[in-house]
Amino acid sequence: MSSTEPIAGTHVHRDDVGSRMGMWLFLFTELILFGGMFLLYSVYRFQYADEFHLAAKELNTIMGALNTAVLLTSSMTIALSIVAIQRGQKDLSVILQIITIVLALFFLVNKYFEWTAKFHHGIYPGGEELLAKSSGEILFFGLYYVMTGLHGVHVVIGMFLIAVMTRQTRTGTINKDSYVRLENAGLYWHLVDIIWIFLFPLFYLIT
Amino acid sequence: MEKHDYYHEHSHSYAIYILVWLALMALTAITVAVAGMDIGRFTVATALIIASFKAYLVLSIFMHLRSETRTFVVFVIVSLLFLGISFVLLFSDYSFH
Repeated sequence: MSSTEPIAGTHVHRDDVGSRMGMWLFLFTELILFGGMFLLYSVYRFQYADEFHLAAKELNTIMGALNTAVLLTSSMTIALSIVAIQRGQKDLSVILQIITIVLALFFLVNKYFEWTAKFHHGIYPGGEELLAKSSGEILFFGLYYVMTGLHGVHVVIGMFLIAVMTRQTRTGTINKDSYVRLENAGLYWHLVDIIWIFLFPLFYLIT
Repeated sequence: MEKHDYYHEHSHSYAIYILVWLALMALTAITVAVAGMDIGRFTVATALIIASFKAYLVLSIFMHLRSETRTFVVFVIVSLLFLGISFVLLFSDYSFH
Protein backbone atom coordinates (compact mmCIF):
# COMPACT_ATOMS: atom_id res chain seq x y z
CA MET A 1 0.00 0.00 0.00
CA SER A 2 1.01 3.57 -0.45
CA SER A 3 0.21 4.97 2.96
CA THR A 4 3.80 5.65 4.02
CA GLU A 5 5.26 7.54 1.15
CA PRO A 6 7.99 10.02 1.91
CA ILE A 7 7.14 13.39 0.41
CA ALA A 8 9.46 16.34 1.05
CA GLY A 9 11.07 14.60 4.00
CA THR A 10 7.84 13.76 5.82
CA HIS A 11 5.84 10.59 6.07
CA VAL A 12 2.29 10.90 4.80
CA HIS A 13 0.03 8.33 6.37
CA ARG A 14 -2.87 7.72 4.10
CA ASP A 15 -5.13 4.87 3.17
CA ASP A 16 -7.84 6.08 0.84
CA VAL A 17 -9.21 2.60 0.21
CA GLY A 18 -9.53 2.01 3.96
CA SER A 19 -11.21 5.38 4.33
CA ARG A 20 -13.79 4.58 1.69
CA MET A 21 -14.34 1.13 3.16
CA GLY A 22 -15.06 2.75 6.52
CA MET A 23 -17.65 4.93 4.84
CA TRP A 24 -19.26 1.91 3.20
CA LEU A 25 -19.45 0.14 6.57
CA PHE A 26 -21.29 3.15 7.94
CA LEU A 27 -23.63 3.08 4.94
CA PHE A 28 -24.51 -0.54 5.78
CA THR A 29 -25.74 0.60 9.20
CA GLU A 30 -27.89 3.14 7.36
CA LEU A 31 -29.22 0.32 5.22
CA ILE A 32 -30.29 -1.52 8.38
CA LEU A 33 -31.88 1.65 9.80
CA PHE A 34 -34.01 2.26 6.72
CA GLY A 35 -34.32 -1.48 5.99
CA GLY A 36 -36.19 -1.94 9.28
CA MET A 37 -38.68 0.71 8.23
CA PHE A 38 -39.12 -0.82 4.80
CA LEU A 39 -39.84 -4.13 6.56
CA LEU A 40 -42.52 -2.44 8.64
CA TYR A 41 -43.94 -0.79 5.54
CA SER A 42 -44.08 -4.04 3.58
CA VAL A 43 -45.98 -5.93 6.28
CA TYR A 44 -48.57 -3.16 6.76
CA ARG A 45 -48.85 -2.69 2.99
CA PHE A 46 -49.60 -6.41 2.76
CA GLN A 47 -52.11 -6.25 5.59
CA TYR A 48 -53.89 -3.04 4.55
CA ALA A 49 -53.42 -3.05 0.76
CA ASP A 50 -56.68 -1.22 -0.03
CA GLU A 51 -56.28 1.43 2.67
CA PHE A 52 -52.71 2.12 1.50
CA HIS A 53 -53.95 2.65 -2.06
CA LEU A 54 -56.65 5.00 -0.85
CA ALA A 55 -54.29 6.96 1.40
CA ALA A 56 -51.64 7.31 -1.32
CA LYS A 57 -54.18 9.23 -3.43
CA GLU A 58 -53.68 12.15 -1.01
CA LEU A 59 -50.02 12.47 -2.03
CA ASN A 60 -49.03 14.71 -4.91
CA THR A 61 -47.35 12.53 -7.55
CA ILE A 62 -46.05 15.54 -9.50
CA MET A 63 -44.32 16.94 -6.40
CA GLY A 64 -42.86 13.51 -5.70
CA ALA A 65 -41.62 13.07 -9.26
CA LEU A 66 -40.14 16.57 -9.25
CA ASN A 67 -38.26 15.83 -6.04
CA THR A 68 -37.01 12.56 -7.52
CA ALA A 69 -35.63 14.45 -10.53
CA VAL A 70 -34.03 17.05 -8.24
CA LEU A 71 -32.32 14.42 -6.11
CA LEU A 72 -31.11 12.39 -9.11
CA THR A 73 -29.66 15.55 -10.64
CA SER A 74 -27.90 16.45 -7.38
CA SER A 75 -26.45 12.94 -7.30
CA MET A 76 -24.97 13.57 -10.74
CA THR A 77 -23.53 16.97 -9.83
CA ILE A 78 -21.71 15.62 -6.76
CA ALA A 79 -20.31 12.75 -8.87
CA LEU A 80 -19.15 15.29 -11.48
CA SER A 81 -17.52 17.43 -8.79
CA ILE A 82 -15.24 14.48 -7.99
CA VAL A 83 -14.26 14.14 -11.65
CA ALA A 84 -13.52 17.88 -11.70
CA ILE A 85 -11.21 17.69 -8.68
CA GLN A 86 -9.49 14.62 -10.17
CA ARG A 87 -8.78 16.70 -13.26
CA GLY A 88 -7.55 19.58 -11.14
CA GLN A 89 -10.47 21.83 -12.09
CA LYS A 90 -10.95 23.26 -8.62
CA ASP A 91 -13.38 26.06 -9.46
CA LEU A 92 -15.63 23.76 -11.46
CA SER A 93 -15.64 21.27 -8.57
CA VAL A 94 -16.67 24.01 -6.13
CA ILE A 95 -19.46 25.18 -8.48
CA LEU A 96 -20.78 21.62 -8.88
CA GLN A 97 -20.78 21.13 -5.11
CA ILE A 98 -22.68 24.39 -4.62
CA ILE A 99 -25.23 23.28 -7.24
CA THR A 100 -25.66 20.05 -5.27
CA ILE A 101 -26.36 22.02 -2.08
CA VAL A 102 -28.84 24.29 -3.88
CA LEU A 103 -30.68 21.24 -5.27
CA ALA A 104 -30.79 19.69 -1.79
CA LEU A 105 -32.28 22.92 -0.49
CA PHE A 106 -34.83 22.89 -3.31
CA PHE A 107 -35.79 19.33 -2.32
CA LEU A 108 -36.35 20.43 1.28
CA VAL A 109 -38.40 23.49 0.32
CA ASN A 110 -40.54 21.27 -1.89
CA LYS A 111 -40.97 18.83 1.02
CA TYR A 112 -41.90 21.72 3.30
CA PHE A 113 -44.71 22.80 0.99
CA GLU A 114 -45.87 19.21 0.64
CA TRP A 115 -46.02 18.67 4.39
CA THR A 116 -47.68 22.00 5.19
CA ALA A 117 -50.35 21.32 2.55
CA LYS A 118 -51.07 18.03 4.36
CA PHE A 119 -51.12 19.79 7.74
CA HIS A 120 -53.71 22.28 6.43
CA HIS A 121 -55.93 19.36 5.56
CA GLY A 122 -55.56 18.05 9.08
CA ILE A 123 -53.43 15.12 8.00
CA TYR A 124 -50.64 14.97 10.54
CA PRO A 125 -49.86 12.57 13.39
CA GLY A 126 -52.66 13.04 15.92
CA GLY A 127 -54.63 15.32 13.58
CA GLU A 128 -58.43 15.10 13.72
CA GLU A 129 -58.87 14.49 9.99
CA LEU A 130 -56.33 11.70 10.07
CA LEU A 131 -57.73 10.00 13.18
CA ALA A 132 -61.15 9.88 11.53
CA LYS A 133 -59.70 7.69 8.78
CA SER A 134 -59.33 3.90 8.84
CA SER A 135 -56.43 2.36 10.75
CA GLY A 136 -54.66 1.34 7.52
CA GLU A 137 -54.65 4.94 6.31
CA ILE A 138 -53.39 6.17 9.69
CA LEU A 139 -50.54 3.65 9.43
CA PHE A 140 -49.75 4.78 5.90
CA PHE A 141 -49.39 8.40 6.97
CA GLY A 142 -47.47 7.41 10.09
CA LEU A 143 -44.95 5.58 7.92
CA TYR A 144 -44.97 8.40 5.39
CA TYR A 145 -44.04 11.02 7.97
CA VAL A 146 -41.45 8.89 9.75
CA MET A 147 -39.72 7.61 6.61
CA THR A 148 -39.71 10.80 4.55
CA GLY A 149 -38.91 12.72 7.75
CA LEU A 150 -35.86 10.59 8.54
CA HIS A 151 -34.86 10.84 4.90
CA GLY A 152 -35.24 14.62 5.14
CA VAL A 153 -32.94 14.67 8.17
CA HIS A 154 -30.38 12.81 6.04
CA VAL A 155 -30.75 15.43 3.30
CA VAL A 156 -30.05 18.18 5.85
CA ILE A 157 -26.97 16.34 7.18
CA GLY A 158 -25.78 15.71 3.61
CA MET A 159 -26.13 19.41 2.80
CA PHE A 160 -23.95 20.43 5.73
CA LEU A 161 -21.43 17.70 4.91
CA ILE A 162 -21.12 18.90 1.32
CA ALA A 163 -20.89 22.52 2.50
CA VAL A 164 -17.87 21.54 4.63
CA MET A 165 -16.36 19.80 1.59
CA THR A 166 -16.93 22.91 -0.52
CA ARG A 167 -15.05 24.98 2.03
CA GLN A 168 -12.19 22.48 2.15
CA THR A 169 -12.01 22.38 -1.64
CA ARG A 170 -11.76 26.16 -1.73
CA THR A 171 -8.99 26.24 0.87
CA GLY A 172 -7.13 23.41 -0.86
CA THR A 173 -7.45 20.80 1.91
CA ILE A 174 -9.27 18.77 -0.72
CA ASN A 175 -7.22 18.86 -3.91
CA LYS A 176 -6.25 16.93 -7.03
CA ASP A 177 -4.11 14.45 -5.07
CA SER A 178 -6.24 14.11 -1.95
CA TYR A 179 -10.01 14.07 -2.30
CA VAL A 180 -11.19 10.98 -0.41
CA ARG A 181 -13.32 13.15 1.92
CA LEU A 182 -15.23 14.49 -1.02
CA GLU A 183 -15.67 10.93 -2.28
CA ASN A 184 -17.04 9.84 1.10
CA ALA A 185 -19.45 12.78 1.26
CA GLY A 186 -20.51 11.78 -2.25
CA LEU A 187 -21.11 8.18 -1.13
CA TYR A 188 -23.37 9.45 1.66
CA TRP A 189 -25.26 11.65 -0.77
CA HIS A 190 -25.78 8.78 -3.22
CA LEU A 191 -27.17 6.61 -0.41
CA VAL A 192 -29.70 9.35 0.38
CA ASP A 193 -30.60 9.27 -3.30
CA ILE A 194 -31.01 5.47 -3.36
CA ILE A 195 -33.36 5.57 -0.36
CA TRP A 196 -35.51 8.14 -2.13
CA ILE A 197 -35.50 5.97 -5.28
CA PHE A 198 -37.41 3.38 -3.22
CA LEU A 199 -39.51 5.77 -1.13
CA PHE A 200 -40.93 7.50 -4.20
CA PRO A 201 -42.70 4.53 -5.86
CA LEU A 202 -43.71 3.00 -2.52
CA PHE A 203 -45.52 6.11 -1.28
CA TYR A 204 -46.46 8.13 -4.32
CA LEU A 205 -47.10 5.58 -7.04
CA ILE A 206 -49.41 3.01 -5.46
CA THR A 207 -52.71 4.61 -6.43
CA MET B 1 4.85 8.29 -10.54
CA GLU B 2 2.37 9.11 -7.79
CA LYS B 3 1.67 5.81 -6.16
CA HIS B 4 -1.47 6.89 -4.34
CA ASP B 5 -3.30 7.29 -7.64
CA TYR B 6 -3.35 3.54 -8.01
CA TYR B 7 -7.04 2.99 -7.37
CA HIS B 8 -8.35 5.28 -10.06
CA GLU B 9 -7.29 3.64 -13.24
CA HIS B 10 -10.54 4.48 -14.98
CA SER B 11 -10.62 7.59 -17.12
CA HIS B 12 -11.95 10.64 -15.36
CA SER B 13 -14.77 11.21 -17.78
CA TYR B 14 -17.81 13.44 -17.29
CA ALA B 15 -19.79 11.73 -20.05
CA ILE B 16 -20.57 8.49 -18.21
CA TYR B 17 -22.20 10.34 -15.30
CA ILE B 18 -24.34 12.43 -17.60
CA LEU B 19 -25.43 9.31 -19.50
CA VAL B 20 -26.35 7.53 -16.25
CA TRP B 21 -28.28 10.60 -15.14
CA LEU B 22 -30.25 10.55 -18.41
CA ALA B 23 -30.98 6.85 -17.89
CA LEU B 24 -32.15 7.51 -14.31
CA MET B 25 -34.46 10.33 -15.45
CA ALA B 26 -35.88 8.13 -18.22
CA LEU B 27 -36.50 5.30 -15.75
CA THR B 28 -38.28 7.73 -13.41
CA ALA B 29 -40.54 8.81 -16.28
CA ILE B 30 -41.23 5.16 -17.12
CA THR B 31 -42.09 4.24 -13.54
CA VAL B 32 -44.53 7.18 -13.27
CA ALA B 33 -46.12 6.24 -16.62
CA VAL B 34 -46.45 2.57 -15.67
CA ALA B 35 -48.04 3.49 -12.32
CA GLY B 36 -50.77 5.31 -14.26
CA MET B 37 -51.69 2.15 -16.12
CA ASP B 38 -53.90 -0.53 -14.67
CA ILE B 39 -51.84 -3.70 -14.64
CA GLY B 40 -53.19 -4.97 -11.33
CA ARG B 41 -50.87 -7.15 -9.31
CA PHE B 42 -47.82 -6.33 -11.43
CA THR B 43 -47.82 -2.65 -10.45
CA VAL B 44 -45.73 -3.15 -7.29
CA ALA B 45 -43.38 -5.63 -8.95
CA THR B 46 -42.74 -3.32 -11.91
CA ALA B 47 -42.11 -0.33 -9.64
CA LEU B 48 -39.66 -2.32 -7.50
CA ILE B 49 -37.81 -3.76 -10.48
CA ILE B 50 -37.34 -0.30 -11.98
CA ALA B 51 -36.27 1.11 -8.59
CA SER B 52 -33.78 -1.74 -8.14
CA PHE B 53 -32.29 -1.09 -11.56
CA LYS B 54 -31.95 2.61 -10.72
CA ALA B 55 -30.26 1.70 -7.43
CA TYR B 56 -27.91 -0.61 -9.33
CA LEU B 57 -26.89 2.23 -11.67
CA VAL B 58 -26.24 4.57 -8.72
CA LEU B 59 -24.24 1.91 -6.85
CA SER B 60 -22.09 0.79 -9.77
CA ILE B 61 -21.43 4.12 -11.52
CA PHE B 62 -22.07 7.03 -9.14
CA MET B 63 -20.67 5.17 -6.12
CA HIS B 64 -17.80 3.73 -8.18
CA LEU B 65 -18.39 0.11 -7.16
CA ARG B 66 -17.51 -0.83 -10.72
CA SER B 67 -13.94 0.37 -10.24
CA GLU B 68 -13.46 -0.61 -6.59
CA THR B 69 -11.84 -3.88 -5.54
CA ARG B 70 -13.93 -7.04 -5.23
CA THR B 71 -13.98 -6.70 -1.44
CA PHE B 72 -16.36 -3.73 -1.70
CA VAL B 73 -18.69 -5.59 -4.01
CA VAL B 74 -18.73 -8.64 -1.71
CA PHE B 75 -19.50 -6.38 1.28
CA VAL B 76 -22.46 -4.81 -0.51
CA ILE B 77 -23.82 -8.15 -1.69
CA VAL B 78 -23.56 -9.65 1.81
CA SER B 79 -25.33 -6.69 3.42
CA LEU B 80 -28.13 -6.84 0.83
CA LEU B 81 -28.36 -10.58 1.36
CA PHE B 82 -28.92 -10.10 5.07
CA LEU B 83 -31.60 -7.50 4.41
CA GLY B 84 -33.18 -10.04 2.04
CA ILE B 85 -33.05 -12.73 4.75
CA SER B 86 -34.85 -10.35 7.15
CA PHE B 87 -37.65 -9.91 4.61
CA VAL B 88 -37.95 -13.66 3.95
CA LEU B 89 -38.00 -14.54 7.66
CA LEU B 90 -40.48 -11.79 8.47
CA PHE B 91 -42.91 -12.82 5.75
CA SER B 92 -42.60 -16.54 6.45
CA ASP B 93 -43.41 -15.79 10.10
CA TYR B 94 -46.22 -13.40 9.19
CA SER B 95 -47.93 -15.74 6.74
CA PHE B 96 -48.20 -18.54 9.33
CA HIS B 97 -49.93 -16.43 11.94
